[in-house]
Amino acid sequence: MIWTVSTFCSHLFCYINATLTGGAFPFLRSFTPVVFSSIVVLQPPAMSPSIIIVLAVLTGVTGSPSVATSPAAVDATAHPNSVVEETEIFGWQVSVEKEAEEDAMATGELNPNHYPAQRAAKVVQHYLNVQYGSPFRLFGLHKVHSGNAEDVADSGRKYQLEISVQEIINNTTEKCSAELLFGRAGEQRSSQVQVSCEELLKTSTDAQEDALFRKYQMNQSLLSAENLPDSYGHMEPDHQPLWHLGIVASSSVMLKESTENTLYNMAQVANIIQLASDNKQVKFDCHVLLHEMVSQEIIHWKLLFTWSPPDGVKVLQMEKLPHCHDCKVPPNTN
Amino acid sequence: TQKKTITNILILTVSTQTEATIFLIAEYDYFKYHPMPEISQWMDQVATDHPDVVTVMKYGQTYEKRTIRLLKIGLDTGEKKKAIWMDCGIHAREWIAPAFCQYFVSQILKAHKTDLKMQEMLKNMDFYVTPVLNMDGYMYTWENNGTRLWRKNMSPGPFGCNCTGVDLNRNFDANWGTIGVSSNCCSEIYYGSRPVSEPEAQAVTYFVGTRPEEFLCFLTIHSYGQLLLVPYGHPNFTAYNYEELMEVGLGAADAIRKVHGMNYTVGSSPDVLYPNSGSSRDWAHMQKIPFSFTFELRDKGAFGFELPEDQIRPTCEEAYSGALHIITYAHDKTFSGAVATAAATLSITLLAVGVTGNSLL
Repeated sequence: MIWTVSTFCSHLFCYINATLTGGAFPFLRSFTPVVFSSIVVLQPPAMSPSIIIVLAVLTGVTGSPSVATSPAAVDATAHPNSVVEETEIFGWQVSVEKEAEEDAMATGELNPNHYPAQRAAKVVQHYLNVQYGSPFRLFGLHKVHSGNAEDVADSGRKYQLEISVQEIINNTTEKCSAELLFGRAGEQRSSQVQVSCEELLKTSTDAQEDALFRKYQMNQSLLSAENLPDSYGHMEPDHQPLWHLGIVASSSVMLKESTENTLYNMAQVANIIQLASDNKQVKFDCHVLLHEMVSQEIIHWKLLFTWSPPDGVKVLQMEKLPHCHDCKVPPNTN
Repeated sequence: TQKKTITNILILTVSTQTEATIFLIAEYDYFKYHPMPEISQWMDQVATDHPDVVTVMKYGQTYEKRTIRLLKIGLDTGEKKKAIWMDCGIHAREWIAPAFCQYFVSQILKAHKTDLKMQEMLKNMDFYVTPVLNMDGYMYTWENNGTRLWRKNMSPGPFGCNCTGVDLNRNFDANWGTIGVSSNCCSEIYYGSRPVSEPEAQAVTYFVGTRPEEFLCFLTIHSYGQLLLVPYGHPNFTAYNYEELMEVGLGAADAIRKVHGMNYTVGSSPDVLYPNSGSSRDWAHMQKIPFSFTFELRDKGAFGFELPEDQIRPTCEEAYSGALHIITYAHDKTFSGAVATAAATLSITLLAVGVTGNSLL
C-alpha cells in the first residue's frame, strides 16, 4: 500500500507532519481529505492489516470517501518547485520533496521557476537576439532548467544557467548553457553574457534573408509601418519582418538596460521607417515601446539601426524618450 | 446590434412559416476582443437568455460614474449558498482577461445543460463574475493607438500631481503601501492616497467584504506571464494554507498543460514574479477566503498585452480548465459528502425497487 500526500517544505528543511497514534505508524497531522502537509511516498516495511483498519477508522471519522491520494502527487518529480530526496524515517522508506534552497539574496543554487533565474534567463534571450537575431530568426525563453548565482568581488553578481531557448519563427527548441555577470548597481555597464548552445544556427535563413534584403533595397518608395502589433495583436504579413527587426534592435536596449531588478519585453513597434542608405545595408528609424515588468512601466525608445544579411542588425543610435505624463491626461469623457 | 435583432426576427419569421427549427444566426463571438458597450449588452443578453440561472447585479461605480456590474450565476435553491468570485480587467490593458471572463460564463452555462457535475456545483454555489472591473480604464484603452497600454483607473492625481490613475491592484487593504508599490502618482504601480481610496476597489471590498464567509474561491484574472499566483505578495507573510494552495495550483497548472501544452508557473508573487502589496487576491485571503489566486494568462512576452485574437480561444480553453480545477476542488472539499450520499441514496432506492418489484415508471 502506498500513500502519496503532498507537501511543500519551507526553506532549508522539510518536515513531515507525522504523529504516532496507537502504534508505530506515521500518520498525517490534520488528516482531512486533502489538507496534507508533505508529499511523502511511504513504502511500508510489510503489508499490515492494522494499517487498513486504521484507514477505515479515519475515513469514518472525517466522513470523506476520498482519503488517499492527492492528484498532484503521483509523479513527485514533476513538480517544478521541488527537488526529491530519499530518506528513511521510522523504518519506512520515504521520498520527500523539498523546495530548492534559496536565500534572500538568491545566492547558490537557484529555483529555476523563481524570478532571479527567470530574469537572468531573459537577459540571455536578449543577448541571443542581439547576436543572432534577424527577420527570420528570433529567440524566446522556453524554460530554465537550473541556475546558480554568486557574488563576484568588485565585479557584481555572476549567474550560471541551463536553459532551453525557442527559435520562434521555425518553432525549434534547444538547450543552452549561459553565464552572465550583472554589474554592480549604479555602474553603467551592460551585463556581460556568454552562451553556448547545441546547434543554435542549425536552420539556415540565408535564402530568406537575401531575398528580403534585395526586396528592401529595391523598394521604389521607402517602407514604413506603425503599431506592430496593433491593439488586437494583428499585423499585416508584409510587416512581420519589420516587427522582427524591431525586436532585434530593441534587444540591444533591453540587454543594456537589464539588471537583476528588471524584466523587459518589447510591447510594440510604435512606428518604423526605412531611411535611404547605401547598398551595403538597409537603414531604419524606429520608435519602440518596451514593457518593464517589475515597475510595469512602458518605456519609449528611439532607435536608428541598419540590417544586412552578412552583418545582422547594428544599432547606430539609441535614445530614451521622456515619459510623456501629459499624454496620460484623459480626454473629455461623457 | 439593431441589425442583429432585425436579422434574428427575420429568421424567426421565415422559420415559423416554414416550420423549420428556430435558431439565432448572430451568436456572440467569444474569440474577438469587444469594447465595453458590447460587453455590457452581452451581459444583459446572457441574463435574458438564462433567466433561471443568471442575474445581473450592480455593485458599485467607477470614478467616471459608470455602474460596475457582475453576473450572478447559480440555481436558486432558496437557501444561503457558497460562492465563487471571479473578476477580470482590473488592469485596463490586459484585454485577454475580460475575454476570458466572458468565455468562462458561456462555458459554465453550456456545461450546466448537460454536465451533472456543473449542475451540482451550480446548485451548491453561486458564481459572481465581473467581466470588466476597471471599466473606465478599459474604455480608455479603446480610444486610440496611444492609449492601448493604459493600466490604471481614471482617478485624477492628488493635488499637485499631473498624472492620472491608481493601480487598483495595489489599492486594496492588504499590507497596503508596504512593498512593490510607488507613492509617485505618475507610476504605473501608484497605490492611491490611502487603502481602498478608489471606487472600483471599494465596490469589490464592500460586496465581498460584507459576506466573506460565503466565498470559497476568489479568482482575479490578469495578463501576461503564464503564472498562477498564491497569496501573499509580501515576502514576510505566508498563507495559513500555503501548502494546500500550492497543491491545488499545481493541479490547475497540470490541467492547463493538458489542454495545449502551455506551462504556467505556480507560486507566491514574491517567489515567481515580484513582491507587492495591496492586491485584491491578498485582501480576499485575509478575509479568510481560502482559495484566492491570481491568474496571469498568455503569453510570456512575445506579444504581451496585445495578444493576437487567434490566441483568445486556446488561452481561454486552458484557463477554463485551470479555473475549473480550483473551483471543483473547493466545491468538493466543502460538499464532499454530497456525491457519496446521493450515490448511496440512489443505490438503496434502486435496490428497494428491485426487491419490491415496483416499477419506477
